[in-house]
Amino acid sequence: MSEMRFERPKTAEAAAVLLAGTQGVAKVLSGGTDLMIHMRNGNVKPELVLDIKGIAEMNTITVEDGGYRFGAAVSCMELLEHEAFAQTWPGVIDSANLVGSVQVRGRATVAGNLCTASPAADTVPAMIAAGAIARVVGPNGRREVPVEDIPAGPGKTTLAKGELIVSFFLPKRAPHSGDAYLRFTPRSEMDIAVVGVGLCLTLDANGICTHARVSLGAVAERALLVPEAAAALIGTKVDEAALTKLAAAASAAARPIDDKRGTKVFRTKLAGVLARRAAEKALSRAKGI
Amino acid sequence: MSKQHVTTVINGDPVEFLCSANQSLLDVLRNNLNMTGSKEGCGTGDCGSCSVTLDDRLVCSCLVLGVEAEGKSIQTIEGMANGEHLHVLQQKFLEHAALQCGICTPGILIAARSLLERNPDPTEKEVRFWLAGNLCRCTGYNKIIEAVLDAAREMRGA
Amino acid sequence: MLTNTKNTEQTFKSVGTSPIRPDGVPKVTGMAQYGADYSLPGMLWAKILRSPHAHARIRSINTSKAEALPGVKAVLTSADLPAQPFDYIGPERVAVNYWHMTRNILAREKALYEGHAIAAVAATTAAIAAEAIALIEVDYEVLPHVIDVDEAMHPDAPVLFEDMITRGVEPAPTKPSNITKRLEFKVGDLDAGFAEADEIVEMSFKTAAVHQGYIEPHSCLARYGADGQCELWSASQGHFVVRAYTAKLLGMEIGNLVVHPAEIGGGFGGKTVVYVEPIAVALSRKTGHPVKIMMSREDVFKATGPTSGGSMTVKIGVKKDGTLVAADGVFKLQAGAFPGSPVMNAAMCAFAPYIIPNVRSVGFDVVCNRPKSAAYRAPGSPISAFGVESVLDILAQKIGMDPLKLRLKNAVKAGSPTAYGPKHSHDGFAETIQVLLDHPDYNKPLGKNQGRGVASGFWFNGGGESTASIHINEDGTVVLATGSMDVGGSRASMALMAAETLGVQYASVRSTVADTASIGYNHVTGGSRVTFATGLAVVEACNKIIEQLRLRASIMWDVDVKGVVWEDGFAKPADKSVGEFEPLSLKAIAAKRAVTGGPIVTEAAVNAGGQAPGFSTQFCDVEVDPETGAVKILRFVAAQDVGRAIHPKYCEGQIHGGVVQGIGWALNEEYIYDKQGRLANAGFLDYRIPVASDLPMIEAILVEVPNPNHPYGVKGVGEANIVPPMAAIANAIQQATGKRLTELPMAPHKVLAAIDAV
Repeated sequence: MSEMRFERPKTAEAAAVLLAGTQGVAKVLSGGTDLMIHMRNGNVKPELVLDIKGIAEMNTITVEDGGYRFGAAVSCMELLEHEAFAQTWPGVIDSANLVGSVQVRGRATVAGNLCTASPAADTVPAMIAAGAIARVVGPNGRREVPVEDIPAGPGKTTLAKGELIVSFFLPKRAPHSGDAYLRFTPRSEMDIAVVGVGLCLTLDANGICTHARVSLGAVAERALLVPEAAAALIGTKVDEAALTKLAAAASAAARPIDDKRGTKVFRTKLAGVLARRAAEKALSRAKGI
Repeated sequence: MSKQHVTTVINGDPVEFLCSANQSLLDVLRNNLNMTGSKEGCGTGDCGSCSVTLDDRLVCSCLVLGVEAEGKSIQTIEGMANGEHLHVLQQKFLEHAALQCGICTPGILIAARSLLERNPDPTEKEVRFWLAGNLCRCTGYNKIIEAVLDAAREMRGA
Repeated sequence: MLTNTKNTEQTFKSVGTSPIRPDGVPKVTGMAQYGADYSLPGMLWAKILRSPHAHARIRSINTSKAEALPGVKAVLTSADLPAQPFDYIGPERVAVNYWHMTRNILAREKALYEGHAIAAVAATTAAIAAEAIALIEVDYEVLPHVIDVDEAMHPDAPVLFEDMITRGVEPAPTKPSNITKRLEFKVGDLDAGFAEADEIVEMSFKTAAVHQGYIEPHSCLARYGADGQCELWSASQGHFVVRAYTAKLLGMEIGNLVVHPAEIGGGFGGKTVVYVEPIAVALSRKTGHPVKIMMSREDVFKATGPTSGGSMTVKIGVKKDGTLVAADGVFKLQAGAFPGSPVMNAAMCAFAPYIIPNVRSVGFDVVCNRPKSAAYRAPGSPISAFGVESVLDILAQKIGMDPLKLRLKNAVKAGSPTAYGPKHSHDGFAETIQVLLDHPDYNKPLGKNQGRGVASGFWFNGGGESTASIHINEDGTVVLATGSMDVGGSRASMALMAAETLGVQYASVRSTVADTASIGYNHVTGGSRVTFATGLAVVEACNKIIEQLRLRASIMWDVDVKGVVWEDGFAKPADKSVGEFEPLSLKAIAAKRAVTGGPIVTEAAVNAGGQAPGFSTQFCDVEVDPETGAVKILRFVAAQDVGRAIHPKYCEGQIHGGVVQGIGWALNEEYIYDKQGRLANAGFLDYRIPVASDLPMIEAILVEVPNPNHPYGVKGVGEANIVPPMAAIANAIQQATGKRLTELPMAPHKVLAAIDAV
């Protein structure tokens, strides 16, 4: 029986070196709420588990260039409890508040949620809609990656061997901006999203939408950024006509499967319904209502 | 199989134990330390019956590695009462008949205490959403919610 | 039955109060020991190898590599257990066949479902046991499988038992099938009955298999000694039944096995059978060490009995004035891999709440490649009620009658006939309907996308064998022991009845559950029987103790025992002529016991009959999101006739719990299988039981129409409450959306599809 090694590096670079240098399976442990389940199932038998919670820069939430940077080891609960961040990015908070249960949120991280790469991950559409950029460290140094480019497919990321996420940057918010994340689940809590929609929009002084990003979760092999959905809103007052076009674009972009959590037909329809509702919620936030 | 040596604090007492690197905290509590108050209902963080607090943070101990307890402070159900004196929540659970089989009770008590420490005056909805991660199959949650709200009232001195 | 005691006051002092239960403090402090909480020095851990295939012939099992792994002390297969004769034993409704049972514990010729236990390993650590399991080599010949009950009945379906000929069919079929039994109840003339109807509705329904969902997985610890004496700590709903089954399956004498009742973390019927106990005992026998087993959550879903899924057709005819004239139901229930679905219950309970002169109720028990079904709270009745109560709703609408009034008009009472033979002997159903008609919220207006639905339900409730013993301690306090496992607070109820009967304080009665060596036989804690039957035994034991106390007092006073009465907890002279004696407390009498005859103890045993059924009537308000199909429960009111609430808070708790299980059954719970016949949702993530945030407060109304056959009027409370919710919710959804759902669960995508359908 091979023994699992447990390491707790002090720096991101040290973590990258350990990850890159492991022959067998090496796993990053941030919250552990997915990794522990996979280990218990026998899906994954890591040779090395790397606890990143001891790395200082991965644990902070700071203001940077008017935007926010939060680390890969920051738990969902810590994000929820950060008043200023929560006020600025209520949509990201919507999503962080839906991951699992309070117990799970006490450990789960946005970085883990992203890198586990479940197509239904809750925080991913919200982060994509927010335009978040991931800072990645690897044996060859650091690079910045838009979060929508990280998930590659179910359980797969585009990160190279030895790479891990250090932190996320969310840019400074323009005035009259709002974001929202909505998902559909059969129960009110605890379920994996059947469909998730992250939506972010900015209005000008006349109430016209000048910027929008729409991201769909659980309707494809990874979270989608849907420019056509955003285009339905940009240049409009996000009125009924625009919302109808948005919903249609969202449903059209969805390419879901039938599985134990939802059918194709259901998910496709709900992508449209939730996109509309997310837009309405983001709109009221943008208007300060 | 070489074991990891862990030093931690549990319910205010210093504790040392040996465990495998891949052992969960729940497994360590129950099988290494004989603290069977935390229960395994699922092992995958879906039922909450293994709930403990880790540095005051409510977590599922089945989703935490035993080695992660190093240097941390853990609170389990065994530490909730003060000798003969039950915590208000424990007392209210008994008075309100908020348990039937009682297997979910330790996890719910730990979770409820965590809620009231943060929010001493929660609404019914807030209690329900906070406790969504604690499954109960016997009670339908009614009397649990009533007990938590009543405990909150008493703890506020209201 | 209260012959020699009287309460000087009219009202009860103890019965009807809601004190704290004796096992309360241990349970809120984490000190209570459940099945997985026991350990012994030198204990081994056991793991079970389970079939990955839904249906396969087992050609061979090679355990040599597993046995060679350091730390492994024994490997077990069915070869280690004795053969069992093929025979259905016991009353038909609850018949047991050990030939099937031993094969469910460990497979023999075939693996009949994914998760079927094939072999087991005991090792020094759980990790080694798990590793050893993976080293056992099984040669399977994979066979086609069948999951769905209708498909399993098809003549071309893969057959689980090549010699299964349907029982209950004359002449018997020549070809084997998966239909193990057909049964029929009939009364009156169906054709004539339907001819009188002004409206007839015939509809088909389907329900999915749902699991009892107890949070505690099956667990036990066994210690088998070199002298053939075995002790077993097991969380079950009946340690005497565990003893009987385990002893039989191992070929042991019953007296050589002592079963200690661990606290139980939920059962709902699913822990009235054994899974891990025979394996633990057999491994302990083989290794000479104590052996502990705890099932994983995944194994609980895959390999322990859910209740059946069902397929049914219900036809009911009604006159314009609301009189039910005829009813016909065909109920097909999946038994899982071995016979024994609760189809007989389903067929009997379906129309039982209503006076219908012409009834036929047909049932089919069908095997398929799923885990063997086990009892789940009023087993069978919720399934047939879903169909019947939905059809009644449609009929009520057709004749323009309030659905509660339709039920009230046809409600059974004492003397009413049943389709299955005996007359009803108790009132109570009408009262549960009336209390809802009078409920202030029943006529509250509803908003857009909202609807209100009602339904009723029936469950026989049980009687049966129970034993209780009472000892008066040297200081006059009382030890009360029964052999009824406590799933929901029955220790408190027993103590309340004892306190009431003896006339003492609840706090002076120590109420315990004794192990199988310390008390006489007790049947399972199930069937809503304990407060009734074990309560009867407790009261009888109290009456016998009172006789003894009177006798002791008479000796102390040197008078004839006829001159002593027992009143409010004291021995008193019957009247002045007996003499001027101060009343004697239990303490005073106990103090003199040595000179008056020795220890003051007694035991009483009953095989209780005279139980009264459970009736429940419920209404619920829902709101349906027309764009997503999500159903929100806004209000749920459940009335149940409990006879007398010994501990009112526990009675309410039973109703809350059963209703919420019903809500899960209605909206989200089901077994989802993939194309290989493997369970896709074997965990609490995707097997969705209700969470706290899904629900409003459930309102429980305790209706009390006392049972004259019980000293305190008890009717069982545990089960009838789960029978109505699914239909109540379906009826409410129909009111909210105009669409009738006939398949459970009424998950959002199904509701949405119904709404969107033209």
